[in-house]
Amino acid sequence: MSDILRAEGVCRDFGGLRAVSDVTMTVHSGDIFGIIGPNGAGKTTFFNLCSGIYKLTEGRVFLCDKEITNLRPEVISRLGLSRTFQSTQLFQFMSVLENVKIGCHAATKSRLVDVILHTKTYREDEEYTTQKALETLQRVGLSQYADTMAGNLPYGIQRRVEIARSLATDPKILLLDEPAAGMNRLETDALQDFLKQLNADGQTILLIEHDMKFVMNSCNQIMVLNFGRKICEGSPQKVSSDSEVQTAYFGKGGINHAQN
Amino acid sequence: MTMQKVKQMWARYRVFLLIAAAVILIVLPLLGFKNSTIRIFCRILMYTTLAGSLNITNGYSGQMSLGHAGFFCVGAYTMAILATRFGISFWLLMPLAGIAAALIGLVVAVPTLRMKGLYLSIITLGASEVIRIIALNWQSLTGGSFGIKDIPRPAILSFEVDSPSKFYYVFLAVAVLFLFVSRRVLNSRVGRGWISIRENELAAKSLGIQTSSAKLTNFMYGAFWAGICGAVYAPYVQYIDSAVFSLDEGFNILSMVIIGGQGTLVGPVVGAVVVNGLTEVLRPIGEWRFVMYGALIIVMMWLRPQGLMGASDNVLAGGKIKAVKKTRRLSAGVQK
Repeated sequence: MSDILRAEGVCRDFGGLRAVSDVTMTVHSGDIFGIIGPNGAGKTTFFNLCSGIYKLTEGRVFLCDKEITNLRPEVISRLGLSRTFQSTQLFQFMSVLENVKIGCHAATKSRLVDVILHTKTYREDEEYTTQKALETLQRVGLSQYADTMAGNLPYGIQRRVEIARSLATDPKILLLDEPAAGMNRLETDALQDFLKQLNADGQTILLIEHDMKFVMNSCNQIMVLNFGRKICEGSPQKVSSDSEVQTAYFGKGGINHAQN
Repeated sequence: MTMQKVKQMWARYRVFLLIAAAVILIVLPLLGFKNSTIRIFCRILMYTTLAGSLNITNGYSGQMSLGHAGFFCVGAYTMAILATRFGISFWLLMPLAGIAAALIGLVVAVPTLRMKGLYLSIITLGASEVIRIIALNWQSLTGGSFGIKDIPRPAILSFEVDSPSKFYYVFLAVAVLFLFVSRRVLNSRVGRGWISIRENELAAKSLGIQTSSAKLTNFMYGAFWAGICGAVYAPYVQYIDSAVFSLDEGFNILSMVIIGGQGTLVGPVVGAVVVNGLTEVLRPIGEWRFVMYGALIIVMMWLRPQGLMGASDNVLAGGKIKAVKKTRRLSAGVQK
């Protein structure tokens, strides 16, 4: 199992607040790695650090043993780390197909001259883009929405469009920020099956999620953050029985304390 | 609904309509109009390209540039100086003027890369004025406030392009070429990249689109066509001075883009026809027509911010709220 994403002592300060503090973790090839933690634990900040949207205060990040610390988001994306956002960031006024086509941008290379003269590069790129976009939609099960404007779709489907768009970049690792947020149980179960299928096809996934059932059922490795620190890491069984994790989520048995 | 019907009609009769339009455009100067009327047609065609090229920047990549007159100026002076001093052929100078404008576009665009919205607009506005003031004060090169006169007219072999009806075809060729090339560019990887920046820059970046270089290409592409327009304009009027390329001119071009419809290829064409047509219709009321323009732009912003030809389901229409409402209704329907 080779390392796909490795963070070493990652820190991020916002003014006097240390939002992410000395987080070290490794995602191996073929993992579905989950990050959980109470609100404000620094999960999304950690994602933003890995994907280049925020700069690190300290620490280093590696993607497949290549250092990606503080590279720009578009560069990191091209190196094979693709992400979705907690609040969906779709191209709302474009069709679903066009959204996914933009995901193929980095893999194609036709330039202004090519597209004006319709050179061979242009034709190959367009063919690849259309083919890849349709294929990806089929894979995600969104073919029937290809021509629908993305902003007009129900929320659950918008999230899937965002995943499809990221998948079109052929990422080495897919970062999903709360993919099940705002979904009902049925949609969540469908998403879980879908992610497992993706993973079975060899996709490495790192996800943030609040839905415990979802995380426990789908991830093989879990990291728990609290106040920016890693408090636990391991299999779902290990994490759910960890006393520090229980404290973070439920507090210490307050009533007993009061009586003692 | 009506927009959809128009689109359906267009899809069905497209070839027929295009041929009809081509025939009308080609025979138009042969119908015995007065020279003054032909000049209006020339203006409309020139502004089709000028407004269209501004629309590539403002409408497609969403970077609000106000300095288009500056690039028009660069093109016109490149042509005027090189043609009067060195007698270089018009046909060689035309692309050269475009390239000169694109290079100045690059110089303007680099410092604006990290800026958005108002800041970018102000820099482009300033750049446009700087270009005009350089043209006004660099006497040895540009003739200063005397301008440059006797700009030689283009010729094809021994056939000289010397009347408005002949220039009409040059302007027409430029406009058609511009629309043809731009359509190709916009329906490609390059165009999709530009549009994705307008729609959502964060998402574009996280999908690996190099937004900085895409913006530069976009800005230079728009400036290039403005330069070409300037290159045709200079020998057409035969005399240019810096006063022509004032900020008013920039806003004039912008008003065509806004009235016609940003982010559509046909919008600036309609804008050029409407604004230039209005100029003629309102000529009897003199300077008061600028009040009418102002009122028109305010009404447009109020009733139809996407412009005459713009789609209502677009970022530029402020359509965000509409789409969200629709989504809610849809998802409510699904849950039932």
